[in-house]
Amino acid sequence: MPILSVRNLSIEYRTRRGSVQAVRDVTFDLEPGQTLAIIGESGSGKTTLAVGLIRLSSRNARVTKGEIRYDDGKRAFNVLSLDTEMLRRFRWADCAMVFQAALSAFNPVITIWEQFLDTGRAHGMDDKRKVHERSRELLELVHLDPKRVLSAYAHELSGGMRQRILIAMALLLDPRIVILDEPTTALDILTQRAIIDLLRELRGTLGFATIFISHDLSIAAELADRMLTMYAGRIVERATVDDLFYRPRHPYSVGLMRAVPRVSGALGGVVSIPGSPPDLIRLPQGCTYYPRCPFHIEQCLEQDPPLIPVDTPHHEAACIRWEAVAAAVGHDAKAPLAERPA
Amino acid sequence: MTGPLIELDRVSRTYGTPAGAITAVSEVSLSLGESEAICIVGESGCGKTTTGRMLAGLLRPSSGRLLFEGADVWENKGDLARFRRAVQFVHQDPYASLNPTRTIAQTLAPPLAKHKNLHGQVARAEMISLLERVGLTPPADFLLKYPHELSGGQRQRVAIARALTVDPRVIVADEAVSMVDVSIRISLLNLLRNLAIEFHMTTVFITHDLAVARYFARNGRILVMYLGRVIELADTEQLVSDPAHPYSTALIAAVPEADPKITRTKKRVSLKSAEVPSLLNLPPGCVFHPRCPLSEPGLCDVVVPTLGDLPDGRSVACHVALRERQPAAELLGVR
Repeated sequence: MPILSVRNLSIEYRTRRGSVQAVRDVTFDLEPGQTLAIIGESGSGKTTLAVGLIRLSSRNARVTKGEIRYDDGKRAFNVLSLDTEMLRRFRWADCAMVFQAALSAFNPVITIWEQFLDTGRAHGMDDKRKVHERSRELLELVHLDPKRVLSAYAHELSGGMRQRILIAMALLLDPRIVILDEPTTALDILTQRAIIDLLRELRGTLGFATIFISHDLSIAAELADRMLTMYAGRIVERATVDDLFYRPRHPYSVGLMRAVPRVSGALGGVVSIPGSPPDLIRLPQGCTYYPRCPFHIEQCLEQDPPLIPVDTPHHEAACIRWEAVAAAVGHDAKAPLAERPA
Repeated sequence: MTGPLIELDRVSRTYGTPAGAITAVSEVSLSLGESEAICIVGESGCGKTTTGRMLAGLLRPSSGRLLFEGADVWENKGDLARFRRAVQFVHQDPYASLNPTRTIAQTLAPPLAKHKNLHGQVARAEMISLLERVGLTPPADFLLKYPHELSGGQRQRVAIARALTVDPRVIVADEAVSMVDVSIRISLLNLLRNLAIEFHMTTVFITHDLAVARYFARNGRILVMYLGRVIELADTEQLVSDPAHPYSTALIAAVPEADPKITRTKKRVSLKSAEVPSLLNLPPGCVFHPRCPLSEPGLCDVVVPTLGDLPDGRSVACHVALRERQPAAELLGVR
């Protein structure tokens, strides 16, 4: 039974030019304990979707359609119909979000301890002693020295430490789902490695489900069970991590995979995706990837293709040409695409 | 051309801070030939940007010399002016490096007028050809645009076009691709590489991303820095497949890879400490010794290592690797 089921979710932003269809008809399930990675370029809608899941979207955003169903076995509800008080409890107690470890994620004039306290209070943890105890435990869990960190201000800490603190803070109320927005972007390699290993370890001990938003495919390769590729606000491919890396069936996923240079393995051909994403205010007729797609045919202009099952189980792509993609990519590829000549 | 085109000769740069003086870059030497591609890699605070700025003549070294075609650039003013035209720096942040109140034409016109004496229609034709070269098409559409009307990737292309206005022989690019998407990143890297090949330019690319470094400098070299020092300088493929310094070995072992099977089975190097020492209080001996799995008491914590050559020709600043005449990757068993 999924802990989170998103059905036909659509979110738009109102702007002076018109409404931006940032998330369109998104459907997916998140199983308890599972790690889901959402990939796509900037403007693909992945952050709007993530933020929308806990209804933290900006003021000009509006959910026009759909349902976000949370069910942890004890309680079940549609997140979109929660009132303000219930929503406050849902955020953090059930579903927490870790933002990029920028300084702006912290209040600069209060200590880390006060931020833990504020976070606890805002979500109904009134017992100061209990917050203190839990903060210390969590900081130890993320391999930080609570004594040193709790009395510090955010600017006194390194980027890696700040990211660990944000993770610890997200876990304060023992959520069942943790959403991470670019958790390793802008961190140094050894720090990235430490954060990735830490997330893997925490997921094992605490058993929460995770949703990652990242334009960095390597973190998805490290941690994800399943992946979603988003393009122009829609999910264009849903697959297990191995299928998406080795047997992608949507031309856009193929493009993303081919655009990543690597340190190990053959260098191969690394190519960028030509063109740019469509205007989300005036969406073109047919498949939105058409102008950038090397596989396109006339028929692709008829309708925006729905997700359909492809040749591997639990794997869907929104492409009527997936068989041509499969023929080009191969059926039992064991090496990533970028290692083969373009 | 026989000698190197551009050379850093034991340059250091110190900064005064309220807490004391720090040496951001210490005794770095590097010489680059014509059309060579090199990447400088390292984590934040390793001195790679300071080194790049000194190489581009934007920052005067506290000690040491910057040589261009054998002449000391900071010794005489004429050399510096000539150097400034020959070496162009492309800034990290495309949002900060273009003047927001100037159109693209107004950004490109002054260097064309000053250095090439091009004005009016001739200058305009030159701008159009520059924009075409950096892949901004149709070019005429871009001339009257302001930076805020362009995407991050397009701004970086404008910054590259601006650098090209003076026909440089060397381009120093500082993480010019870190702020944009995967796909745009690659197209910019490819653009820079192709321009370098077409115009025989030497390129220095500064990044913290080893995969990007490998891709960019695939026929060149990689220089690895740690706490202001050069710890390894090697041919690119050699560095990524068989690093010689324990720090480069740890970095390469730690890189998350966009390949589930490789990344989950990669051999790791565990360091003795995750803490990077402060530049204000550097450890004695080898600056990496408190974290180094190969460190030997009485040697590494006492004697500062200098760059030396391994039998296969690459340079590494590690007592143990040099004594054993083997790369650290071998000694740590992660080859």
